[in-house]
Amino acid sequence: MMFRLPINELDGFFAKIAAGRRLYLPVDQNDGTSAFAEWSEGTKMSENLNTLRSAKSFFFPQVTNLCDFNVKDKEIEVIDNRADSEDFAVFGVRGCDARAFTILDKVFLVDPIDSYYATRREHGVIITLACTMPEEHCFCNVFGIDATSPEGDVTTWKTDSYLYLNANTEKGEAFIAGIKDILEECAADEVEAQRAKTKEIMAKLPFANVSTEYFEKNTLLDIFNSEKWEKLSEACIACGTCTFVCPTCQCYDIKDFDTGHGVKRYRTWDSCMYADFTKMAAANSRNSQMQRFRQRFMHKLVYFPDNNNGEFGCVGCGRCLTRCPISMNIVKVIKTFGEE
Amino acid sequence: MQEVIDTAKRLLSDGTVNRVAGWKAGEFPYDVTPAVFTTVEEIDNGFIYNDFCAPNLSKYLIKESHKEGKILVFLKPCDTYSFNQLLKEHRILRENVYIVGVPCTGKVDIGTVRAMGIKGITDMESDGENVTIHTLYGDKVVPKTETLGDKCRTCKSKKHVIYDELIGEDGEVNNDGARFELVEKLEKMTPDERFEFWRGELSKCIRCNACRNVCPACSCENCVFDNPGSGIQQRAATDSFEENMFHLIRSFHVAGRCTDCGECTRVCPQNIPLHLINRKYIKDINVFYGEYQAGEDVMSRAPLNAYTFTDCEPGIVYERGGNE
Amino acid sequence: MHNETLIPKIGVVTDIRQDTPDVKTFRVVGTDGKKLFEHIPGQCAMVSMPGVGEGMFSITSSPTNTEFMEFSIKKCGTLTSWLHSMDVGQQITVRGPYGNGFPVETTFKGKDLLFIAGGIGLAPLRSVINYVRDKRENYGSVQIIYGSRSKDDLVDYQEILDEWMSCPNTEVNLTIDREQEGWDGHVGFIPNYVKELEPDTSKTVVMCGPPIMIKFTLAGLKELGFVDTNVFTTMELRMKCAIGKCGRCNIGNKYVCKDGPVFSFDQLSELPNEY
Repeated sequence: MMFRLPINELDGFFAKIAAGRRLYLPVDQNDGTSAFAEWSEGTKMSENLNTLRSAKSFFFPQVTNLCDFNVKDKEIEVIDNRADSEDFAVFGVRGCDARAFTILDKVFLVDPIDSYYATRREHGVIITLACTMPEEHCFCNVFGIDATSPEGDVTTWKTDSYLYLNANTEKGEAFIAGIKDILEECAADEVEAQRAKTKEIMAKLPFANVSTEYFEKNTLLDIFNSEKWEKLSEACIACGTCTFVCPTCQCYDIKDFDTGHGVKRYRTWDSCMYADFTKMAAANSRNSQMQRFRQRFMHKLVYFPDNNNGEFGCVGCGRCLTRCPISMNIVKVIKTFGEE
Repeated sequence: MQEVIDTAKRLLSDGTVNRVAGWKAGEFPYDVTPAVFTTVEEIDNGFIYNDFCAPNLSKYLIKESHKEGKILVFLKPCDTYSFNQLLKEHRILRENVYIVGVPCTGKVDIGTVRAMGIKGITDMESDGENVTIHTLYGDKVVPKTETLGDKCRTCKSKKHVIYDELIGEDGEVNNDGARFELVEKLEKMTPDERFEFWRGELSKCIRCNACRNVCPACSCENCVFDNPGSGIQQRAATDSFEENMFHLIRSFHVAGRCTDCGECTRVCPQNIPLHLINRKYIKDINVFYGEYQAGEDVMSRAPLNAYTFTDCEPGIVYERGGNE
Repeated sequence: MHNETLIPKIGVVTDIRQDTPDVKTFRVVGTDGKKLFEHIPGQCAMVSMPGVGEGMFSITSSPTNTEFMEFSIKKCGTLTSWLHSMDVGQQITVRGPYGNGFPVETTFKGKDLLFIAGGIGLAPLRSVINYVRDKRENYGSVQIIYGSRSKDDLVDYQEILDEWMSCPNTEVNLTIDREQEGWDGHVGFIPNYVKELEPDTSKTVVMCGPPIMIKFTLAGLKELGFVDTNVFTTMELRMKCAIGKCGRCNIGNKYVCKDGPVFSFDQLSELPNEY
């Protein structure tokens, strides 16, 4: 069922959400980019298409404290300091990032469930916002994502005069029920008109017709053993930018930090692009940058789909396209393989 | 630029070199990738040199110059300083490199263009004066000077300090000091204001290591931040201050060797103006030990490696306001 | 709140045995004196000393042992060096069990088994061998070909002499790489020794050892007529989570920690050669 509220009441809408839980939304930064930040009275939402970093940190933060230890002589005390997440809502998530959550779910919510991720997921309401001005680096449609009607607990559409809302999940319906007094039921005409207009633009995007067929038709070993990886990875400087801005990259490291009065065990984002990612005391299974580069794209385009009914581990947000220091990215990889 | 392409083909065809390090065209004008070309066909198939070829190719020569045969590399004026510095540090085998200096009038930075609020950029053309930007939502013409990245906005030199061959006329070193203007602004801040400024910037750091990995002065085979025995090999900030230490330690390690190529700031995915830390050190070195430009030549001793009686005393910090 | 496998249990080290100059076997129980958890032969556990590190180790005792668990660990890195320096009574942390384990109750049942191990590679096989010994009636003949650099590097040598060699329908063939005083057994590398012994190709093979040994032994087995589907091995790659989430121990689309560490060679032949 479609609801709406006048666009000039957006601040009141945010205030109402924030009264019951923390509310995060994209906010402009001083460098022209935007980032998710907590809403407070006077916070203005960014008009940017997408945030520089993805929304994954709401559920999979860069650093998570797993547990603590007290070590005294020969004895160890394990301190489980996990707490339930607070309720929170994220507004303005785009279709690509929303799909990324369901990809992360397929890692963190399969047995054994990752409790740190799960509690945040359970307590977070995702309110997505339909795209109206896609950019040249967008290719979410390649992965079957409809940015004009994004997934999430609640989908919203912003027009010149209204914010339209539609609940997709039970959690979303409960959310709408909680703010119903400021909403009115309505028809979806204006939403449909907006969607049609956006779809026209999307059909003309430079990557609208990129095909992933090669990765569906060829075997894991044929793709893995291709000579093309050498050239593709040649200029890679082995930084972790692509993995850190990527909404679906979820590899992590576990490390201990001795604070001097106890040991904190935490996990952090890690990157398969780093040389020590697979380094053991005696050997390293991925010794060259080519191997590490190949791993990242094989994971997204072959391994993940193989294990998840063909679903690719990419959502086409284009962040790696805009952020890679040497401008090598997943579209170039897909196209290079598709060329033959 | 046809002359660059012709030079690449000539030197490859006449056997002077067996590989060419240059830039490869991408999906858009702005996403060029450094690449090594081994045949004329490969060069025909995507080699470009234009106002978007910002990546500094010097660091790639550490690896490439140790391979079989001679490699041709195209270096912009500022890139030649990095090359010289690497030569000084014995990281590059000079005899395996043939340098062709290419002219540069500053590179267009896509981040700068995007920060102007220009969205959906599908194509860009530069005539040297203006940049025409085609977008999904209409065209725009912007003066090129407004589209330059941090590294080019205050260019230190249009002169190639090392080359085997030069395309076009060589330019001059720029000594107007404009590149230190922002540093001076930071110096004039109170310590608290300055601390706030850098906390604001550095707290954005995601520890991706792009700045370190792209930096020609960061050529250690095993970085201290990758050493599990160092106690600082963290993947991310374990406390809210660690990312500051990462950048401060790194900048101290490259102090006196940093040529101010600006690659750190260009590649930072979080748009942190990292080059300002390095420029502060360059400026201080100039003041304390006399004018010095790292990479200007191969033979001179770096001020931080050479003791002279005219070196400033540590008390200079106090005299300059360290007591405040 | 869901259970969290990443939060470990406390284990108490009740016995430390010096097996070889660089291998020690640690006996571990829970703080209540009982076994920490049940496992299948070939499964692993994450053993850690907080502040030092955490690593995946094969549980080398058999599940039929109801009192404790054992880990045979070679000293080679930061964590293993620390473990080698600790004394009895030390607490460590343990979480697990992880991985698939050997198919002892399915594929292996009723089969003639051939175990081939090199050096510390015996550690993960010891669990299976002792399991088979304790349930001897469920399996056919057992042949164990085990080799090491020297006599001193043979892990569990005493157990092999005292118990394995006296087990019914069991043949033990030991070899060391070079002649050594006090050794009158076979001398030579495992791949060659296997070929010399010409084991029956109907046997199911369980193999573990350094990559170079695996490579040549597998080639030798194939020459003899063994087929990939009947040869099993157990893998080791860098691991952090042990539950197929941290993303580093994959070989192709398989995670060694979760889908392995036990693989048959026909499974491995379909995966990239990146291990």
